[in-house]
Amino acid sequence: MSALTQLTIAEARDRLRRRQIGAVELTEAHLRAMESARALNAFVTETPELALTRARAADHLLGRGEGGPLAGIPLGIKDLFCTEGVRTTAGSKILGNFVPPYESTVSAKLREAGAVMLGKTSLDEFAMGSSNMTAASGPVISPWRRRSNANVALVPGGSSGGSAAAVAARLAMGATGTDTGGSIRQPAAFCGIVGLKPTYGRCSRWGIVAFASSLDQAGPMTRTVQDAALLLTAMAGFDAKDSTSADLPVPDFAAALTGDIRGLKIGIPKEYRADGLSDEIARLWDDGKAMLQAAGAQPVEISLPHTSYALPTYYIVAPAECSSNLARYDGVRYGLRVEGKTLDQLYAKTRALGFGTEVRRRILIGTYVLSAGYYDAYYTKAQKVRALIAEDFRRAFETVDVILTPTAPTPAFALDEGEIDPLTMWLNDVFTVPASLAGLPGISLPTGLSADSLPLGLQLLGRPFDEETLLRVAGVLEKSADFKALPSGVEI
Amino acid sequence: MGSIYPGATGDWELVVGLEVHAQVTSKSKLFSGAGTDFGADPNTQVSLVDAAMPGMLPVINAFCIEQAVRTGLGLKARINKVSVFARKNYFYADLPQGYQISQYDQPIVGEGEVILDMKDGSTRQIGIERLHLEQDAGKSLHDQHVSKSFIDLNRAGVALMEIVSKPDLRSPEEAAAYVTKLRSILRYLGSCDGNMAEGSMRCDVNVSVRKAGEPYRTRAEIKNVNSIRFMQQAIDYEARRQIDLYEDGGTVVQETRLFDAGKGETRSMRSKEMAHDYRYFPDPDLLPLVLSDSEIAAIKATLPELPDEKKERFIRDYLLSPYDAGVLVADQASAHFFETVAKGRDPKLASNWVTGDFFGALNRLGRGIEDSPVSAQDLGALIDLIGDGTLSGRLAKEVFELMVETGKAPAAIVLERGLRQVTDSGAIESAIDAVLAANPDKVAEFKGGKDKLFGFFVGQVMKATGGKANPALVNDVLKSKLQ
Repeated sequence: MSALTQLTIAEARDRLRRRQIGAVELTEAHLRAMESARALNAFVTETPELALTRARAADHLLGRGEGGPLAGIPLGIKDLFCTEGVRTTAGSKILGNFVPPYESTVSAKLREAGAVMLGKTSLDEFAMGSSNMTAASGPVISPWRRRSNANVALVPGGSSGGSAAAVAARLAMGATGTDTGGSIRQPAAFCGIVGLKPTYGRCSRWGIVAFASSLDQAGPMTRTVQDAALLLTAMAGFDAKDSTSADLPVPDFAAALTGDIRGLKIGIPKEYRADGLSDEIARLWDDGKAMLQAAGAQPVEISLPHTSYALPTYYIVAPAECSSNLARYDGVRYGLRVEGKTLDQLYAKTRALGFGTEVRRRILIGTYVLSAGYYDAYYTKAQKVRALIAEDFRRAFETVDVILTPTAPTPAFALDEGEIDPLTMWLNDVFTVPASLAGLPGISLPTGLSADSLPLGLQLLGRPFDEETLLRVAGVLEKSADFKALPSGVEI
Repeated sequence: MGSIYPGATGDWELVVGLEVHAQVTSKSKLFSGAGTDFGADPNTQVSLVDAAMPGMLPVINAFCIEQAVRTGLGLKARINKVSVFARKNYFYADLPQGYQISQYDQPIVGEGEVILDMKDGSTRQIGIERLHLEQDAGKSLHDQHVSKSFIDLNRAGVALMEIVSKPDLRSPEEAAAYVTKLRSILRYLGSCDGNMAEGSMRCDVNVSVRKAGEPYRTRAEIKNVNSIRFMQQAIDYEARRQIDLYEDGGTVVQETRLFDAGKGETRSMRSKEMAHDYRYFPDPDLLPLVLSDSEIAAIKATLPELPDEKKERFIRDYLLSPYDAGVLVADQASAHFFETVAKGRDPKLASNWVTGDFFGALNRLGRGIEDSPVSAQDLGALIDLIGDGTLSGRLAKEVFELMVETGKAPAAIVLERGLRQVTDSGAIESAIDAVLAANPDKVAEFKGGKDKLFGFFVGQVMKATGGKANPALVNDVLKSKLQ
């Protein structure tokens, strides 16, 4: 394990600028780590040559005192971001051979900032899942192990499981994720890293393979809050090519980390203390509250009365949009094609073979809830409830500045804990989905370990486009929690 | 006038509503920057968005919105300040996204009206139900290969306006007049070129029949009729088909039918049970479209004078008959041509020349006003030559034909060919004297009471002068000489 892979992005950036380390050297260290950790299956596609080319270019610029804010920083890019000339699979067989001739806005911004792409990280197929087990390239293994039994392989969470595992295992300094119902925050919590889902509209969706358009949002996954702020600054910004992107200036998010949260009100939603919340998670939450209080913030109990409707609402809205968004994968123009005698046969065979079980399940649900005769009962009703959930938050933020909740109801589960029924799997998103429906920014950071030594995360939610306050509080919580645990095989 | 179809069980009334798909005149597509030129090589006007590549997103083309609002205002319709783009989901090989972006329950334009000018000079007001914007699909080519279909995505994503009428039309002629008038308005507005042959205007026709005073009965929809003549045939055929069904004790089923122009009949395409469930829902990639009063007002300020107002003005200012005014305002170029000709001249004369000889010549040549061999200035000059006595009406027609042939100005033709009418009374007198001297027997007969011979003398004089003698002058002098 190289010391170089232990650096935070901020540290590496400073050393690169001072020419204490080289970008090629830094990239090579990560490429070596990737090679030795292939058992984790974190990457769908490794791009070592491309990475070294970009690293050399970064060194060249850095040598002249130039280079963007992320010059020479090696990152993993979730395989949902289209990357020019580099295969982009969305974790699906149906795009198994798809090489886009274009670069997503977010990954292009990172490239322009000087970042080095190490490869494409694994994900649940089309970002649908909470375990990374639905990936066409096979499940990703978390670098973490239970203390009770280190032989049991654990899931990294999902859908950005490859990114989370790569960052936790020190294969990449940071990675991009996307979050539709918790796909950045939940794997961040499972893997003991920081995951930030920005406000809907903060980052352009252009060039990101769509799952549920009204919910999808790109965000950074890093090992520190400061690093998340640095990546977000590079990723965010208005894009005329995405009609839902917000035409707002991008602040220097890292500058928001003042360490001072005195006087801020921290909302503690009582509905999140739902039946079945484990003692372990409840204690973690209480500890987080106490830390923020100790730092001068004021916890306030709040009510988000429609919380219990969030999950069913999400599992109508997201599949509805996905059923339509995934219609374009029809075998006609690109990606997998299975020939048939008729056009309908070509569709049926291509999609039956190309899509996995979970994706097919959601397409079916989405098609059903949009059908004539069911639309009002499901889709229209869900939109109304969604508005009520957003209204819950709007009211809460009249009195509080951020909201503190657990990120996930459990620590990471085992890969072979038997067939997990879809509903249990979906319950993983119970704390992350409400903010997704409301379009709010949320961040998960590790603040403690489970009884079995697995990382646990707390989630902070903020006002729309107020990622700065969110990051400020997260920075303080990070410092107080002083989470130092490392996944197995990672030593300092 | 509504068509009445007599049947064994009594008279039947026809009820027709039209859905006109009009391609928006714009350089780029509704949600992408790709071009819209007709007749380009297959798949050369396709952006990543049009091909529905992964991660691509639609962005509304503001000019198309402006065109739709302009059209709505031209149809005196309510402009909806908030409208929503929705996805209409269905699978087809030339529909890359697997859905068409359209407008469903919140269209950009609401109710309006179109005034029809019928041949008998009467007018009919036809209601517009709505106008919405949507994407066109691509084109499937099934005749290029024995076992494969080819796809051309050039049209995929092109902006269409679907203009839906109320079921107010009562005869094939009214339907034809409606499409003609709508096309005229769209062309005035510049929002659609109205070219049915190139497919930039297509009609779906809803037809039902009923007994007088009844509520509407079940309708059949005839898809994609691409000429006004075919539309009339299709309506007529469909009305008779439905009447026959009812009179034989059957019922009409709600279905989509196709018109076979070769056989002149409609046939079933799919029934209601087979109809697609399009699973419309608001497109989450696009925010609701919000228009401000000032944006609408700014578009309104750029509207041209439309056919109805122009017609009224022609009747009022030029004292034209409603029919003539209607003919002249049917398209902007004709109206402009007429106004140029009429400027400072007798408008009735100008109108007669434009709608008579001039339109006749264009029809004969198969040309439009834009490539007419005769300019409005020259036609005006010709009328002036009649006014100042240089040309008789007969000579003027001769000169006009030469203008059509040669494209030359009338004065030049008169000069070249010596067609100037003879108004010199001395010359006319001597020509008359010669004619009378050569026909003493006829003179005697005339004086004996055979009045009809007057025409013979006029003819002889005109012949002697090569047709150039002023006919009025010839008449006067002849009369005095024969008394």
